[in-house]
Amino acid sequence: MQSLIWIIPVAPMAAAIINGVLGKKLGKATGAVGILAVAISFVMALYVLAGVMAAGNHEGPLADGPFYQWIVSGAFNVQLGYYIDPLAAVMLIVVTSVSLLVHIYSVGYMANDGSFWRFFCYLPLFTFAMLMLVLANNFLQLFLGWEGVGLCSYLLIGFWYNRKSASDAAMKAFIVNRVGDFGFTIGIILIWLTFGSLSFTTVFDKASTVEVGFLTMITLLLFVGACGKSAQIPLYTWLPDAMEGPTPVSALIHAATMVTAGVYMVARMYPLFIHTPVTLSVVAWVGGITAIFAASIGLVQNDIKRILAYSTVSQLGYMFLALGVVVPVSGIFHLFTHAFFKGLLFLGAGSVIHSVEHAFEHAGVHDDPQNIQNMGGLRRYMPWTAGTFLIACLAISGIFPFAGFWSKDEILTGAFVNGQYALYAIGLVTAMMTAFYMFREYFLVFEGTPRFDTHHVHPHESPWWMVGPLAVLALLSLVAGFAVGAPPEHGLFRNFLDPVFAPVLGAEHPETAFVETLILIGASLLIAVIGIYIAMMMYLRRAWSPQAVSARFPRLYDLLYHKWYLDEIYDAAIVQPTLAFARFLWGFDSGVIDGMVNGVGALIRWLGQGLRRLQTGSVGNYALGMSLGLLVILGSLLLSGTFHG
Amino acid sequence: MLLSLIVFLPLVGVALLLPMRPENKSLLRVTTLVVMLADCLLSIYLLLAFNQSASGYQFEENIPWLGSLGLRYHLGVDGLSVLLLFLTTLLSWIAILSTWRAVQLRVKEYMIAFLLLELGMLGVFVALDLFLFYVFWEIVLVPMYVIIGVWGGPRKIYATIKFFLFTFIGSLLMLVAILALYFEHAGLANGVRTLDVTQLGNVHYPLAFQIPVFLAFFAAFAVKVPLWPLHTWLPDAHVEAPTAGSVILAGILLKLGGYGFLRFSVPLLPEATHYFGPLMLTLATIAVVYGALVSLVQKDWKKLVAYSSVSHMGFVILGIFVLNPQGLEGAILEMFNHGLLTGALFLCVGIVYERVHDRELAHLGGIARYMPVYAAFFMVFMLGSVGLPGLAGFVGEFLVLLGTFGVSSLAGWISMTAIILAAGYLLWMYARVMFVKLNTEHYAAELVDLRAHEVAYLLPLLALVIWVGVYPDTWLNFLHPAVSHIIAQASAAGGLAAR
Repeated sequence: MQSLIWIIPVAPMAAAIINGVLGKKLGKATGAVGILAVAISFVMALYVLAGVMAAGNHEGPLADGPFYQWIVSGAFNVQLGYYIDPLAAVMLIVVTSVSLLVHIYSVGYMANDGSFWRFFCYLPLFTFAMLMLVLANNFLQLFLGWEGVGLCSYLLIGFWYNRKSASDAAMKAFIVNRVGDFGFTIGIILIWLTFGSLSFTTVFDKASTVEVGFLTMITLLLFVGACGKSAQIPLYTWLPDAMEGPTPVSALIHAATMVTAGVYMVARMYPLFIHTPVTLSVVAWVGGITAIFAASIGLVQNDIKRILAYSTVSQLGYMFLALGVVVPVSGIFHLFTHAFFKGLLFLGAGSVIHSVEHAFEHAGVHDDPQNIQNMGGLRRYMPWTAGTFLIACLAISGIFPFAGFWSKDEILTGAFVNGQYALYAIGLVTAMMTAFYMFREYFLVFEGTPRFDTHHVHPHESPWWMVGPLAVLALLSLVAGFAVGAPPEHGLFRNFLDPVFAPVLGAEHPETAFVETLILIGASLLIAVIGIYIAMMMYLRRAWSPQAVSARFPRLYDLLYHKWYLDEIYDAAIVQPTLAFARFLWGFDSGVIDGMVNGVGALIRWLGQGLRRLQTGSVGNYALGMSLGLLVILGSLLLSGTFHG
Repeated sequence: MLLSLIVFLPLVGVALLLPMRPENKSLLRVTTLVVMLADCLLSIYLLLAFNQSASGYQFEENIPWLGSLGLRYHLGVDGLSVLLLFLTTLLSWIAILSTWRAVQLRVKEYMIAFLLLELGMLGVFVALDLFLFYVFWEIVLVPMYVIIGVWGGPRKIYATIKFFLFTFIGSLLMLVAILALYFEHAGLANGVRTLDVTQLGNVHYPLAFQIPVFLAFFAAFAVKVPLWPLHTWLPDAHVEAPTAGSVILAGILLKLGGYGFLRFSVPLLPEATHYFGPLMLTLATIAVVYGALVSLVQKDWKKLVAYSSVSHMGFVILGIFVLNPQGLEGAILEMFNHGLLTGALFLCVGIVYERVHDRELAHLGGIARYMPVYAAFFMVFMLGSVGLPGLAGFVGEFLVLLGTFGVSSLAGWISMTAIILAAGYLLWMYARVMFVKLNTEHYAAELVDLRAHEVAYLLPLLALVIWVGVYPDTWLNFLHPAVSHIIAQASAAGGLAAR
């Protein structure tokens, strides 16, 4: 197995290079190159998965061999390698499978885009970087992949760079992530200074020997990085804006894979985090608060993709909550199921936008093709998209037996069993909000009567290139939960990841009584059904008026609609003061420092008046200086001869 | 003889140019280019022939020069100098190509100035006798002064005088320092009169002597770097200089300062180095953040890149004065990288400026649509400068930060903010120039994509930026012995343990 792992990242890298260099000539063939490369990676990932499964209960990584010397300086030595264990295997499957489906889907979605080949250069490049991140066996390699995916995210958000909003969003994503990197990089540096190594195995082995206070600082710094990449409070603001990118990008990068990198990183570093209860509770609370906060914004948005973006932020919050309340396997399980149903939601939204945009364009309608208030009744036009979207909505709402039910329920149960009742309550309320906003979106888009002119606007079902991946993801959203998650807490998934986390967690996790489990399951199901019911009464039956509700709480509605004004607050509290300070410094530069320089200049000119008459220009002045200098040297040498000679 | 050949080959070029008719511009250009390319090939040969594992100087040439005074014509290279030597010969021909079309006035004098400039810079990096070093150091000044003053922009006179004043005062003080070392050494070593670097270091100077000498060297080197608050000549000089001048100025001239600190201040004055260490770290940290902040609010494209140099060179000084292997190797690599990346960024500015004669950021925009190939090159250089792992800038900066945290967490935390700010000003710059739409529409017709000669000089830089990022060991391997030697000399007095 080990000798072939390199193919996994190298195949998409080769595709990116081929498409980048020859893309213009290859044209549409770049799509095939990308698909083929990622398919190879996917097959190899399955092969690795099989190898890991065959190895059974193997403690530590199955492969960790360095294969490439990257940076050496003094005692600092970083060698790239592959860290293969069940956790990495799960991530490899998630990344390669979703990436493959998104590649296929994109052939249809991007078919009419003039920069088709550029898209199929960036997409495999992203896949390569993400795989490097997942396979990393040391912190700096992880950071390499981490920045690589960030770069691709930047390039793909700004893919349609002629639009100012896209250009701004791309920049925002990169810079906000750099704030996260600020913490992450310092964390890495402190790890090296503490452990003398950046290799995972060495650091994990020594984790218990380091003073807890210091370890807490390191893990908190690493978590700052995770907050950037995985869009958690206070660094989540870039993700909703990132929806400016083409929709397949939102599905792959900003829902299924890259944004989960922070979750993966914390899970990977669990041998460090487990020693720092303070950090763990910060992780749990940041996750919990982000989950409910983002969900609250999602309640009132009208952009089909932005609702999903806030939903992603919220679901990532769940994952961190799980990591924080020390049920990491459940967090990774949710990452796994979320990749499928959220990928599906985005690709479904893409299918809708693709179709509505064309229909609007065709009919000469200038309404926003992403505003769900301009849609309605689309199920009749695009039954496949509607059906698969519904499955995804049921999955994310946590309805039995769809995928989200199993993973979300495990997290909530975990929080409850570990005595984190406040976080459990937050999770429960968030679950209701999630069910509400997802079904609000579903009803407004696909059900009811169309709110566009049906005589002129004729949306169509998307081509098979796009519907095929939807169907596959719908199937996964249906079965991925119970296939590996049942029975709760004893499923295949948990057993598979046990070798990674059981040695770290040490003591066996508290067993839940059967009745208790049933009650908790009942509670989360009930809450989801209530959410769906409210959405139904408001947006399908129209029995309750949404306007009446928002009119009743105008302040709150305004606050949510404007995303708690967080963008505005950041701008006023951080961006503008920084720029003002920078302008002040620039003024200082040209005023004070240069003023002094010019003063000295004037003084010298005044002093130099006499000398100046001897020479004509400034160059001559200089030559004079040089000859004077030489004179001084020679003179003093002669003098010294008399002293020492 | 190899080093003398490399250093004085440009003089052969000057001799070839002198009899040529000034109207025959192509011949003048081609001759200069060929000579510089030949010199570049020689320096590549030097890189290949250089023994990376040996310590001490290699390819030494050591003959008496002003014998009675103890001055020698002593040349030699260690890992530090070979990298900078290569960078110099590389950027020299690139600079000539970059103004292939832009400079039409007094082409002959222009070419001669650049050849002399190259000679001076190469000499600085190989001279092992302080007097010889001083001579080369001064040779560099004159052509640069002329290049800005004759082929510069509208405020060239102000810029040249400022450049001249700063550097000349620095040079004078350095001369005093050199003299002081000469006499002090003679006094301490039983009248042995020498300015040979390899011998000057064998004597222990009292701290009271080291301090003023350090300060005098500081005046010369810190101005060149330029270290805050001695940096204000730089933006003016850059803005007024022609593209080729900016490339050499940022790419090589700034490195003379860093090289001076590494070759003379730190090894010869170890106690003063420790004494002033905290001050140097403070100034460097200020430079890192200050340069980045000021870059953030620039309206002129070239000025933005110029101020970013203040920040990047701040990292170099930071790395030097933390005095550990990571810091020093990071600093040297950062000098190399900064030469490649900022050189490339100035070339990118120049390419657009040559087409539309405008550098005002508010006037530009949307260029990516008109010049896609250019956009790709510029993107890589911009990201390299941001410090993206996998490209050159990251390795140097990361090593410097690693070294800094080992010595001063405070300096580390503060200078780390520059990685956020750098992303801010560089991405903003890129978006402003390349994305959305062109703000001055009649420029569109001028914006033709890269020409063959432009690709020819950007491509090697691109390759090196990726090479250093992906496989920095090629370059770091040159530095290990040289850096351990510097650390050994510096810690002989300070008693610092090297990690």
